Parts: sequence; structure tokens; C-alpha cells
Amino acid sequence: MVVAYCIIPSMLRFLAIRLALAVPTLLAISFLVFFAGYLSPADPVDIALGEKASPELKARIRHEWGLDRSPLVRYADYVTGIVTRGDFGNSFINREPVTTRIARGFPNTALLATCALILALLIGVPLGIACAVYANSWFDRTAMTIALLGVAVPSFVLGPVLVLLLSVRLQWLPVVGFAIPSRMGWQYFVLPTFVLASRSLALIARLTRSAMLETLGQDYIRTARAKGLSPTTVLFKHALKNAFPPILTVAGTTFGFLLSGSFVVETFFTIPGIGNESIRSILNRDYPVIQGMALLLATIFVLVNLLVDVLYGLLDPRARVAAAQIRRQAEVKS
Amino acid sequence: MSAAPLLMPSSDVAEVELAAAPPTFWQKLRRNPVAMISLCFLGALVIISLLAPLIAPYDFARQSLSERMQGPSPKHWLGTDELGRDTLSRLMYGARISLTVGLAVEAMVVTLGLAVGLIAGFAGGWLDNTLMRVTDVMLAFPDILLAILLLGALGTAASSPAISILLVVLALGITGWPPLARLVRGQALTLRKREFVEAARAMGATNSRIILRHILPNLLSPILVAITVDMAGVILAEATLSFLGIGVQRPYPSWGRMINDALDYYRSYPRLLIAPSILLSLTVLALNFLGDGLRDTLDPRRRQ
Repeated sequence: MVVAYCIIPSMLRFLAIRLALAVPTLLAISFLVFFAGYLSPADPVDIALGEKASPELKARIRHEWGLDRSPLVRYADYVTGIVTRGDFGNSFINREPVTTRIARGFPNTALLATCALILALLIGVPLGIACAVYANSWFDRTAMTIALLGVAVPSFVLGPVLVLLLSVRLQWLPVVGFAIPSRMGWQYFVLPTFVLASRSLALIARLTRSAMLETLGQDYIRTARAKGLSPTTVLFKHALKNAFPPILTVAGTTFGFLLSGSFVVETFFTIPGIGNESIRSILNRDYPVIQGMALLLATIFVLVNLLVDVLYGLLDPRARVAAAQIRRQAEVKS
Repeated sequence: MSAAPLLMPSSDVAEVELAAAPPTFWQKLRRNPVAMISLCFLGALVIISLLAPLIAPYDFARQSLSERMQGPSPKHWLGTDELGRDTLSRLMYGARISLTVGLAVEAMVVTLGLAVGLIAGFAGGWLDNTLMRVTDVMLAFPDILLAILLLGALGTAASSPAISILLVVLALGITGWPPLARLVRGQALTLRKREFVEAARAMGATNSRIILRHILPNLLSPILVAITVDMAGVILAEATLSFLGIGVQRPYPSWGRMINDALDYYRSYPRLLIAPSILLSLTVLALNFLGDGLRDTLDPRRRQ
């Protein structure tokens, strides 16, 4: 408790600094995406009305949508709209607010990504531990070879192959389609989750194995064993506790993989999530939707990274000390 | 070594000397069968993609509607697709696209990564802080997400095939340099404090001379390892982008695009899906294995 009491003020300061730094990051992303869209040769009015519309109509729509103003004014307007009204603009295709699109797709993607992360951790961590304990056995070699395949085989290959095998040949699972588990049965949910999780699972298993191998070779593990503690206690209380921070970091980066992986998995399994929605908007050149999705994903990444850093600090006192030292050195330098 | 027996008549001494000589790079790499097999596979792929116009039995875009969806035959070794195009020829040209994109992106990554890393490592101060801040922000975005968004905004989907390859290379290059910049900066920070750099400085060498003659040669090995492994990711990224329809455009036969096209028929014709999938996965695996092999061979900490 005393320790926790000391941590909180420094933690709060750390949080405040990181949150303040997130603002320029998000601004930079919004700037980049906005101007990339502006520089692209496609004319939004042509996209919305078709190229055959009369010039008068085009000019009227251009004025109504504010597209005849200078790009800097439009960008400023866009950012103010987001900050003051939470308004991300409207789709060029059907004038639907971008926020409505996000609200429709986001729950599916979030559910899928969260389930995939849980699956990857639930299988990956124990697998990595087992491989480290029985290092260089046939079990370890087989598991690590499969894990390497999991990193090398892209999800758009794994998905169809599993569908061919489990759905078409064995007919265990439905071929395509997606549903929230509680409403339509869990079968539609299994394959997308597993395919999305595969790469993260492989990464987590590989990393857990190497982190555990490193801790198991430490002196304090030998001491703990020499004291006569049971192998289970040594493994879980001593080794895993110290191997956990790097695993956590990888789980954080992996969440990013899951969100970008959802582009492919949602496209293949036709899941109405933000990945699928983004790709469709990109193919339709519906820039307001692309920009909105980009900002949403950027915000999620920034928050997840922040969360991982905070948890890392809570779990690993060494990281806290190191961070404080770096800060002090920086202060001395400046 | 040929002069050794003249100087040392005792053959025993010469043998001891020989045994103690550290194995060369090739000798070490040749002892690693996985890396060697990967190297041979990648070498074959390079040769095939260089010679594709000469050895491919057909043009990659040549359609023959009377020969649609044929199985393997003497005329079409790996069969034909839904437009009667020869699968083998398309795979060969696909290798060309994957390797071109991979090499071009790595060239960009090395240029940008070296520039940013060396500037940050040598300049220090606010420049270092700013550059590393930008690098951190970009590193926070995983994988190909930034490239997807960039390509979406630039609009590859509507551009001509040749332009689309260029845009893919640009997007992956612009978003791909941060890890290498980190690596170069770290190495530069360590190397600049080493005795041989200090000696060179004491002898009056300029910064650019130190970088070119003393730092760069020492960076070659770690960079080679890094770009080999990274190229696996780039080739996978290109295939993913093309699969999503925002990468290399039709009629160019990118492996990712071939997989996407095959998805419309894969339940009846899994062959169309499996051929590019296997090639893509093998290429990615081979680059990973070769990278691991190079690391074991080149990493000074692993030298006995």
C-alpha cells in the first residue's frame, strides 16, 4: 500500500504528459490524411454526382459542401467540427454522418478484436510457458514451427484454407457470415476470431517462450529451487511474474495488429466492422469516412500504447526507476 | 597462407594456426542448412523474376476464354484461371512484382533510416529528440495500417497498374523506415564512443569521414540482417494491400491480387488459391530463415 501511495503522483504526472503528447500526434495524423485526400486527383463532387452531372449542379453542391474554400480553411473547419461538436463530416456517397458509420461498425470490430486478443493470450501464453519448460523437446520444436508458420502465412490465406477444410470438407462450421455469438449461435464467430488471432497467437507464444527461458536461467530461480520450493511455485510465482512485462508489451502491439488485421478478416468473412467499412470507403474514394476511420484507429492506438506503458510501470518497478532516471538525466542536460 | 610453410617449417604449427583461423562468413553460413535452402529458394526466385519475359510460357495478361479453369496439362503446367490466363506465367511475373516492391521499399527504408538515424545519433540535442519523437509516433502504428490509410487517401484503386506499384512502394517506404532509424541511431550512439572513432577524431578526421569510413562499415551487418527480415514483412504487406484491392492493380499479377481473384472460385477450384498462397508463404518464410541465419553468422556476440 505504501508503494502504491508513492506511485500514484508520479503516475498521474506521467499520464498527463503522455495525454498531452497524444494531441499533436492525432493532429499530425488528421493533417496527413486530410491533405493526402486533398491532393488525390479524384473530385469529390464527381464521386457523389457522377461525371455527367451538369456544371451548375456541381458548382452548387461544391458550394453547399464548402469545397470551394481554401484547403487550410477546410482543415481548420474539420478539426473545429470534431473538437466542438464531435462532427466528423458526412459521407460523400450518401451524406450519412461519419459518426453513424463508426457507431455501426465499431462494436463488431471491437468485439472481434477483443475476443481474438483473449484467445491469443489464453492459448499463446500457456503454450509459450510449456515450450520454455520443455525447451528443445519435440513438443517445443513442433509448436514453434507451427508458430513460425502462423507468422508467415497471411490471414487471407489461412482464412480460405480453414473454410475449405472445416466448412466445405468437414462441414463443421458455416462457410461465411458473421453474427454476434449470443443471437445467432457461436459457429459464425469461431473462424473469424481464430483467423484474426492466429498471427498474434504465434507472436505471443514465441515471445512468452523466450521471456520465460530468460527468466528461468536467472540466479534467483536457482535459489528458489534450491530452497526446496515446488516447481509450480517457482514457475508461476517467480518466473512468470518476471516474464510478464515483455509479454504485456507484445499484447499491446498485438492489439494494433488485430485492428489492422481486421481489414483483411472482415473483408474475407464479410463482417460489417470498421475494417470492412474503411476498405469500402477507400474503394469508393469516400474521403470523409476514410479520414474519420483513420482518426478513430489512431486514437485507439495512442490509448492502447498509453495503457500498456502505465501497466508496465505498475508491474515492473525497474521500468519506473529507469523512466525516472531518464527524466532526471534529461533535466540535467537541459 | 601460402607463404606460411616457408616461414614455419614445422607442419604441426601450421595446422594449429589453420584450425584457429576463424571461419569466414560463407563457411559459417554454409553450416546452416535452413538458411542455405532459403538462400537457394530466394536465388531461384530472383532468377525466375529476372528472366520472366523469356521463360514464362505465356504473357501474364493473355486471355483465352476457350481455355478457362483448366487443370494442369502439358500446355499449361499449373492450369489456367477464370479468364484462361496461364497460372505459371502469372506466378512468375508475380515473383517479379513482389521482389521489385520488396527491394525498392528496402532501398527507401535504408536511405531514410540511415539519414534519420545518423542525424539523430550524431547531432543529439533537440534534433535527436524531435526525430525520435516522430519515430516513436510512427512506430506506435502497427503493420500496414498507415500504408492502407495513405494509399486510400492517394487513391491507388483508380490509378494505372504501373502508377499503383509506384504508390505502393512509396507508401510502404514512407511508413517503413522507423525501426531501421532506431537501430542505426542506437548503433551510432555506441560506435561514436568507441576507441577507434575517438582515435580517428584525434587524428583530425571530419564528421563525414568518420561516418563514411568508420561508422557505416560497422553498420552493414546489422542493417543487412534487419532488411532481410523486414523484406518478408514488406512482401507480405504488398500482397495484403493488393488483396484488399488498394495495392498493385489489374492486370498485373501480384500474388495478393491473384489470391483475391481466386476467392470467387476457391470452393470449386482451390488450386487457383493454393498456388500463389504457397509461393507467398514460402518466400516470407525463406526471408525470415535467411535473416535468422545471417544474424547467427554476423552477430559478433555469437562469435566463438
